Amino acid sequence: MANIIEFQNVHKSFGELKVLDDLNLHVEPGEKLALIGPSGSGKTTILRILMTLETLSSGRIIVDGDYLWHEEKGGRLIEASDAHLHKMRNGIGMVFQHFNLFPHLTAVQNIEQPQILVRRTPKIEAREKAMELLGLVGLSDKQNHFPHELSGGQQQRVAIARSLAMDPKIMLFDEVTSALDPELVDEVLNVLRRLAADSDTTMLTVTHEMHFARDFADRVLFFDKGKIVEAGKPEEIFTHPKEERTRNFLSKFITVT
Amino acid sequence: MGQILEFTPLLIEGTWMTIKLTVVSAVLALVISFVVGLSRLSSSRSVRVLATIYLEFFRGTSALVQMFFMFYVLPLLGLTLSPFTAGVIACGFNLGSYGSEVVRGAVQSVGKGQHEASTALNYTVYQRYRYVLIPQAVPMMIPPFGNLLIELMKLTAVTSLITIADLTFVAQIIRAQTAMTLEPFLLILVIYFLIASVLVGFTDFVARSIARKRHITLAGVRRS
Ligand SMILES: Nc1ncnc2c1ncn2[C@@H]1O[C@H](COP(=O)(O)OP(=O)(O)OP(=O)(O)O)[C@@H](O)[C@H]1O
Ligand SMILES: [Mg+2]
Repeated sequence: MANIIEFQNVHKSFGELKVLDDLNLHVEPGEKLALIGPSGSGKTTILRILMTLETLSSGRIIVDGDYLWHEEKGGRLIEASDAHLHKMRNGIGMVFQHFNLFPHLTAVQNIEQPQILVRRTPKIEAREKAMELLGLVGLSDKQNHFPHELSGGQQQRVAIARSLAMDPKIMLFDEVTSALDPELVDEVLNVLRRLAADSDTTMLTVTHEMHFARDFADRVLFFDKGKIVEAGKPEEIFTHPKEERTRNFLSKFITVT
Repeated sequence: MGQILEFTPLLIEGTWMTIKLTVVSAVLALVISFVVGLSRLSSSRSVRVLATIYLEFFRGTSALVQMFFMFYVLPLLGLTLSPFTAGVIACGFNLGSYGSEVVRGAVQSVGKGQHEASTALNYTVYQRYRYVLIPQAVPMMIPPFGNLLIELMKLTAVTSLITIADLTFVAQIIRAQTAMTLEPFLLILVIYFLIASVLVGFTDFVARSIARKRHITLAGVRRS
């Protein structure tokens, strides 16, 4: 099957700092990927480049058959225009570490507004879908609460519902539980576990929760210094890591067995 | 003192004129605040430069002189403005320049996460400002806008110098026609203060309605 995401020789630097170093990555439609690795290894940067929040320094990315950061004009590849980026973003959604809900809107409004503005969904349908998704994340009774009236875990579940409402082909999750109190982590991870099991959406998650990575992912990528050091099925990576660096990294998460 | 009562109709007209000047200039100032404030955040350099020139010119020169310029100089260039129009433009443009800084500051203080969330949801730039950034910035604008509104109301007194019969002008008439000096000016000070109190109450009302609608408490809002 054709890849839904392809990174071809992608480099990314912030000034002198090389963050992604000749990255090549292929993701199949519907695949669930977990990106793990030490702090600063470039995991977030990968998601942000896919979400067009960060440019790349060189290389190509193909998403669903189209260049993400380039477009073809007169047989030449040129830098993507705003219009092209707008078109490409339609298929991609992202959930952030700090939720980034709209604080001036209620839970249900947070989920319905993007549908109305971006998808041009009629208001009634958007509301129905928002309520359905609130149900999916277990928050039907919180529809009229503002974000500041919800716990962190609840806010993050609303953010997941908001992203789902746009029906993205690709969903990106960047450490979605690392800003949460420990007792709220599971309610969010369980939502994601269910999503991963039930949906055909391609999902990439950056996480430091190894148990979760194991349940969630079809494939785990271990990053270090802007490169993929090792990739494989969760069972392989977590039980028989081949690389020394992977073993070292995983040994810090002693609870993973 | 009893003598001053004869001037009651005139005083009422003066008060009404001051209120009219304040309200019309405030609407103008509000529009300018948003247009100039948002232009200063534009991605186009020339738009930013124009807005900055506007801001620095009106903030950096005297409102009184601007008003004289509009009232006395523009007619020489073939553009005659009524005293009311010249007064409103001078007051509105002036306070609009201060207000634009309030708008810019408030919009800029909305966090980066909100920009990123709206990009991730594929909002256009217009939608991002209209539905995400500005609605979050507005509650922050209310207290400084309240202060500017009172500044504006006080500034309208300068229009008496181009023959507008506002409160200050009326006080001058009373002084000229009677021998009283203390009384008329004391009286209009009280009236100005009362108008200001109404404006403070109005600002609080707006702030409280927003706070109630969004279930938040706003800094500096008096409890009702
Ligand atoms: N906008 C930026 N400007 C400069 N440097 C940046 C910027 N964004 C990220 N970096 C740097 O790039 C490197 C990779 O960052 P990235 O956020 O991708 O790491 P990460 O793997 O997600 O780490 P963590 O696990 O801590 O979240 C880090 O050294 C970071 O400091
Ligand atoms: Mg990160």
